[in-house]
Amino acid sequence: MNKLQAESGKTVQAYNVIGTPRPKVDAYAKVTGRALYADDIHLPRMLYGKLLRSPHAHARILSIDTRRAAELPGVLAVLTGADLPQKFGILPSSQDEHALAIDKVRYVGDPVAAVAALDPDILDEACKLIDVEYEVLPALMSIDEALAHPEVKINDEARIGNIHKAVSYEFGEIDAAFAAADYIREDWFYYEGNNHAPLETHACVAQWEPNPSDPVGGKLTLWSSTQTPHYVHRELSKVLGVPQSHIRVIAPHVGGGFGGKSDPFSHEICACELSRRTGRPVKITCTREEVFLIHRGRHPVKMWIKTGVRRDGTLLAMHFRSFLDGGAYGSYGLASTYYTGALQTVTYKLPCYKFEGMRLFTNKPPCGPKRGHGTTQPRYALEVHLDKLAHDLNIDPVELRRHNLIEPNTRTVNGLRVTSCALDECLAQAIERSGWNAFQARKNATDAPPLRRGMGIAASSYICGAGKPIYWNNLPHSAVQIRLDRGGGVTVYCGATDIGQGSTSVLAAIAAEVLGIQPERIHLETADTTLTPVDLGSYSSRVTFMAGNAALAAAHKLQQQLFAVVAEHLHVPAERLHAANDGIYDEDDPGIMLPFAQAVQLAEARFGALVAAGSYTPPEDIHGDYKGAGVGPSPAYSYSVCVAQVAVDEETGEITVEKLWLAHDVGLALNPLLVAGQVEGGAYMGYGEAVMEQQVFRKGRHKIPSLLDYKLATTIDTPEIETILIEIPDREGPFGGKEAGQGPLNPVIPAIANAVYNAIGVRIDEVPITPDKVLKALKTLSQGKGTGLQPTHSPSPWPTRLITWQPEEDLVADGQRTGPVSVRGGES
Amino acid sequence: MRELITLHVNGERHEVAVLLHHTLLEVLREDMGLIGTKHGCELGECGACTVLLDGVPVLSCLTLPVEVQENEITTIEGLEEHGKLHPLQETFAELGAAQCGYCTPGILLSGVALLQTHPHPTREQMKDFLAGNLCRCTGYTKIYAAVDAAAQRMAGGDPANVHPQVEVAHE
Repeated sequence: MNKLQAESGKTVQAYNVIGTPRPKVDAYAKVTGRALYADDIHLPRMLYGKLLRSPHAHARILSIDTRRAAELPGVLAVLTGADLPQKFGILPSSQDEHALAIDKVRYVGDPVAAVAALDPDILDEACKLIDVEYEVLPALMSIDEALAHPEVKINDEARIGNIHKAVSYEFGEIDAAFAAADYIREDWFYYEGNNHAPLETHACVAQWEPNPSDPVGGKLTLWSSTQTPHYVHRELSKVLGVPQSHIRVIAPHVGGGFGGKSDPFSHEICACELSRRTGRPVKITCTREEVFLIHRGRHPVKMWIKTGVRRDGTLLAMHFRSFLDGGAYGSYGLASTYYTGALQTVTYKLPCYKFEGMRLFTNKPPCGPKRGHGTTQPRYALEVHLDKLAHDLNIDPVELRRHNLIEPNTRTVNGLRVTSCALDECLAQAIERSGWNAFQARKNATDAPPLRRGMGIAASSYICGAGKPIYWNNLPHSAVQIRLDRGGGVTVYCGATDIGQGSTSVLAAIAAEVLGIQPERIHLETADTTLTPVDLGSYSSRVTFMAGNAALAAAHKLQQQLFAVVAEHLHVPAERLHAANDGIYDEDDPGIMLPFAQAVQLAEARFGALVAAGSYTPPEDIHGDYKGAGVGPSPAYSYSVCVAQVAVDEETGEITVEKLWLAHDVGLALNPLLVAGQVEGGAYMGYGEAVMEQQVFRKGRHKIPSLLDYKLATTIDTPEIETILIEIPDREGPFGGKEAGQGPLNPVIPAIANAVYNAIGVRIDEVPITPDKVLKALKTLSQGKGTGLQPTHSPSPWPTRLITWQPEEDLVADGQRTGPVSVRGGES
Repeated sequence: MRELITLHVNGERHEVAVLLHHTLLEVLREDMGLIGTKHGCELGECGACTVLLDGVPVLSCLTLPVEVQENEITTIEGLEEHGKLHPLQETFAELGAAQCGYCTPGILLSGVALLQTHPHPTREQMKDFLAGNLCRCTGYTKIYAAVDAAAQRMAGGDPANVHPQVEVAHE
């Protein structure tokens, strides 16, 4: 049924497609091996490419001599930095990368040269024949080293020393609020970095097709395993000097991304330039080691948090500091920095909040966005800190949270508009399903030494798409075109990129619901910058909300055209028509019906070719008006609560996570099967980050750049996961839907950390919580030398101007107000 | 120098000119066009390149083709028979066990081998058997559900589509 209750005033009827668990539209392609991924593409006369990468963490390039490589039989082209001098970067304000290093390398793995050859077997030898003379420079490998050695300048983007960005905000009268507090607690936390490790390594195929009659000289096509074809399109144009009109970027099936395929990459640019120079297609497929080196993964973050509360646990004021280890380049780092501070206010009522964030350059692979982008680390810190506060105040940690939960339709102290929120229901369900109260009541009673069991809890929230685009403009964030064919065929075109999360299936379900057909009928063309209208990409959990709303708008326009002609043909008022089961019929007398294909023919005869477009732009009125307010706002927030049950072996330090319960407020699950899959995947990934995954370095090099040594959870490790979906439809989400791709990861890490404390009575304030840390913490406790394991502290000179901001009174009071929503064009 | 060898793949006999140092993974993908077999590490760590050798899962990235000329090799393309999917392929699709789909061919082949030796595997048997196949998307949950459902279907217990169970708490 395609009429929402709010619009029609009628009782909502069950939807035909929406809300039904069903296979993904590409499920059968995937289970039969037919799905084509970038490395599966093989073009006639195709060459193979490879990048030579720096062996030094920090060095000046004194000379590069490529002659010996170029003379090797089978080598067709060699590139160095001088061939691609234009800087680029995903953010307009961090244009600090070169496709190939010029003058300096900044981490082990920084690309220095690129080769194209007839056969992949030649590439290694060719790379060995490129002579690069380096002058090795001191390498800074941590936050503290980067702060301590401002004289070692890693990246010229740093304004002071190696500080890439420092921000400072104060919302509300923070000093007065702390002064009024009954109790104040401070904590330090450290969250180690980790990699996305998608199973598919990054790969691309570039094809330059020369056309001497075109002043540009030809057209370029790039197939790449990317989450953001639109931004790759932009950056290719910039670096190659080829207009966007002459570049086509296609994301074929993508074998997982999790944020790691959101940047424009050197290998993509080099494959294109190698193809332009050789006139032949060029494929570059990264090795697993290269995936760890190009990285863009979770920032290591050191955090300090101070909170003032009333005796009853009411939060009065919070001061939060984050130090991000950014690696060698900017990537999404400016946004990551803001994200470590922006969403603290969205889960609990917080009347006063101060945030200071600082991102540092180090000589490590650049960090960027990973599932939960920038919010995962502070969520861990905040939720463990709240647990400690609850213990200090002798308040049940569940009650402390329940007491402070944010309410729907409010405005946060940093100006974020919050609309739908089912956090209380998430909390209630997670507590009930996990048997929390019974567990805590009989805790320790059944423990068999050396095993100790514990349960921990955490809550979280996440954006349903960034409220602002990367390039600030007034263009839509997502657009969908739908074409109806007189044979009854339906084709949906959208730039949205399915990286496994099911975005293409979401488009199909929405179009099918509105047009009254089966999703399997629909042809889908996605993630192709020539064929499909722009969708900004699969990041910030934006696609269901934004592309979904665009699809809804486009489908409604076509439905209106169909209903207009069917109403005349069947002599039934259009308001009574309903599209379902491949036909359009009279709701009052379902026997009066016209098949879908016939309706399409009538409409085409009347209106001409049937093509409709819909687009989505987030509302304006969802954030404050201070500089930096653009990171954090979203048209809606999802909410999650996780309960973790662990068993800790006090002799070995081994942590077994026995079960995770994850309650997620998804608004409305458009396809509950896919939503549950996202929640389970997020829980799994959070589990890995909590207890095993970490990027560690030794003498400037990644210590474990392989899937054997970089621990990924297998079937044997991964805990049982129970998913609970909470549905209170969001009034702006498509059919009420919200995100599920990223939010559910966030509460898992602190829930496990709190469960470990619940089990063994000692805090390990560093992630991942590995057996060696457990044993060290237990030893500290038994020797009376402390209450756990804390990270080293960092100094806090905040070299930036403090921005103070207060929401206007009426803004807070008028929480019900929503901004204009540019969707639902022409609904019936 | 390429050398002509004989490989028995998916019930077909193929004469293939191969570079002797190339792995079975490379020969299947690059020389034979069987791109359903995936690679995630090429070091024997991830399981994405799993194929069956006389019904037993092996890592094609660690296998040399010259050594397996006498064996029957099954890749993902060989699980279908005349367009009819293996029950495990069906349940993987129906129950959402494939998200990005990249580990899927390897896990399906391991799963088919599991069901051959354990027609009704317990959860622990599934975990042991599939521990060499990494999946980054699913948390393995829906993979277990698909194996369970396929076991039932192969035993004739559930001939029709299985119905995914997802609990939703409405307010």
